Amino acid sequence: MNNMIEVVNLECDPAELVKADRVHTSLYTDAKLFDAEMEKIFYSTWVWVAHESEIPDAGSYKSTFIGKQPVIAVRDRKKQVNVLLNRCRHRGATVCEHKKGKTNSFVCPYHGWGYALDGSLRGIPHPDSYGECLDKSELPLVSLRTESYAGMIFATFKDDIEPLVDFLGPARKWVDLFMKQGAGYGIKVPGEHRFRFPGNWKIQLENTTDAYHFPLVHKSFLHSVDQQTMDMLDFVDGSGYVEDLGNGHSVMVMIPDLIDLEANLDLPIPTRFESLAQELRDEGIEEQQVRRVVRAVGGSGFNLNLFPNIACSMAFFRVLQPISVNETEIHHAVITMDGGPAVANRYRLRLHEHFQGPMGFGTPDDSEAWERVQKGASAGEDLWIMLNRGLPGEKPSEDGLVSDVSAETGMRAAYQQWKKMMSA
Amino acid sequence: MNLQLLQEVTAFIWAEGDMLDHNEYDTWLALWADKGTYIIPIDPKEEDFENTLNYAYDDAHMRQLRVQRLIGGESISTSPQPRTVRSASNFRVLSEDGDKVRVRCSQHLRDFRKDSLKHYSADLTYDLVRSGDSFQIQRKLIRLINSDDTLAGIGYIL
Repeated sequence: MNNMIEVVNLECDPAELVKADRVHTSLYTDAKLFDAEMEKIFYSTWVWVAHESEIPDAGSYKSTFIGKQPVIAVRDRKKQVNVLLNRCRHRGATVCEHKKGKTNSFVCPYHGWGYALDGSLRGIPHPDSYGECLDKSELPLVSLRTESYAGMIFATFKDDIEPLVDFLGPARKWVDLFMKQGAGYGIKVPGEHRFRFPGNWKIQLENTTDAYHFPLVHKSFLHSVDQQTMDMLDFVDGSGYVEDLGNGHSVMVMIPDLIDLEANLDLPIPTRFESLAQELRDEGIEEQQVRRVVRAVGGSGFNLNLFPNIACSMAFFRVLQPISVNETEIHHAVITMDGGPAVANRYRLRLHEHFQGPMGFGTPDDSEAWERVQKGASAGEDLWIMLNRGLPGEKPSEDGLVSDVSAETGMRAAYQQWKKMMSA
Repeated sequence: MNLQLLQEVTAFIWAEGDMLDHNEYDTWLALWADKGTYIIPIDPKEEDFENTLNYAYDDAHMRQLRVQRLIGGESISTSPQPRTVRSASNFRVLSEDGDKVRVRCSQHLRDFRKDSLKHYSADLTYDLVRSGDSFQIQRKLIRLINSDDTLAGIGYIL
C-alpha cells in the first residue's frame, strides 16, 4: 500500500516524516515529537513575543510564553525591551502573574527577591544568612536575546543564530506592506481575543496559508456580509498566489489589489465604507487621507506566515502558542491606528469582533475544523497528511517558489523548515 | 425596596433566558429596543465598550446576523446546535429613572454540544426601558467571570 509508512524509527528520524508532498500523521499526535519541537524549534529560533505598542512606556510589561516557558517582555528605564524568563533565581517561583501592566520592579512573592526592569537582582530580604556565599550579579532574571523589526519584537534562547532581519529575509518587505495599516499614524495593538482548541499547533499554522477552506468553512460568515465583500472574498479561483519566502515563512495573497494599501487610492471606495468615508470627511480630513484610512480599516489582502508562531493575517496578528501535542492557544491581536480617527478605529474593532474570537462568525468554525483534524488523525496512525495541492503549477520565484492562491505551498515551506530544524 | 418592580424585571429576564434556551430567537429579537446593544467585554474593568475590543458588540443588525448564523445550518461549529440551560438569580435593581431601570443579576449557564459539557458564569447588567406593560432591552452587558482567560468557541447567545 503506497499510503502506509515504511517501517522507520519515528523517534529517531523526523526527516523521514516530512516528504515533498506530505507529512506523517505523527506530527500531530506524537507527544515525544512535541517535546522535541519545543527544544529544536521554539528554543532554537526567533519567536515573536510582542508588538512594541503593547509595552509603550518604561515599566510597561506583558507576560507570555516561548514554547512552554513563561517569559516577560518589559521596557526598562532606558526604553530598551528585555525579554526575561519569568522565574525567580532563588527557588523558581514566577515573579509576574499579570498578563500586562506597568511596574517599577518584579518582586518574587515567595521570599521577596526583587529584580529591576532589566532583570538585575536588586534586593534580597535578610541577606546576612548568605554571608559571602551569594553574588547578586550572578543571579539576574535570565535575559534572552531580543531583536525587533518594524515594531515586531522577537526573542531567542540562542546567541549563535542569524540576526532577526536575516531570519525574516524576503518576508521583511511583506511586514513593511502590512504595517501600512497604520495609515501614517502607526500600528497599535489595543487588545486580543484568546482561545484554545484541542489540536496540534501546526494545524493552525497551516490554516493561515489555506485559502482552500475559506468558502466552505466560512460560508456562514460570507452570508453575513454584503455582496461586494462576498465577491472580494471569493478568491479561490482568483489571481492571488502563495509564495514560499524561505526559512519556513510564506505569504498568501488573496486580494492582489490590496497588497499595497497606498497604491491605487483613487479606486472607488467600497459601498460598506462609504458612510465611514463621509464621517471622516465631515471631521475635516482631506480626501487622500480619508481614502488611506478607509483602505487601512479594510486590512491587507494577504496573510504572511512567519515560522513558527506569528502571522500578519490581513488585519490582525495571529499568535500561536503550543500547550501540548493536542492543545493550542491562539491569540488574535487586534490592530488599530495609533492616534488615528476614533470612528475609523471603532469600525476596525467591530470588523475584528465580527470574524474573530470565541463568539466571532469565523473563528469558531475554523476551530471546529481543526478539532476535527486532531480527532480524525487518531485514526490510521500510519497514514499521511496530504500537502500536494498546487504542486503541478509551482514555479521558482524571486524569493522562493510560487503557486496558485489555494496551493499548499506555504504549508510545504513550513514543513521543510520543520524538517530542517528537527533534523539539526 | 420596590418589590413590585423587582418582580417585574425578574419575570422579564427569566423569560428572556428561557427564550434563548429554547431557541425562540424571533421572540428574543423582538425584546430589543431599536438602538439596543448586546455587549460581552473582555476586560472585567472596561467601561468604554465602543472604543475597545469585546467578544461581542452587537447592534440590531449584528443580532439578526448572529441569530441567522445560529439557525442557518451553514456553520460547522453550530451544527449540531449546542443545548443550553441557564439560571439567573440575585436580581438587584441598581437604579430607576422614569421609565428606565438598570438591573443586575448573576447567571450560571451550562452548555452541551457533542461530547463536551461546559460552564459559564457571568454577571449580567440590563438597561431596560418600560414599554407598555413590559420592557425593552436598551443594553445587555455580560461580564463573564473568566472573560480575560482563554475561552473556547461559544456557539450560542449568552
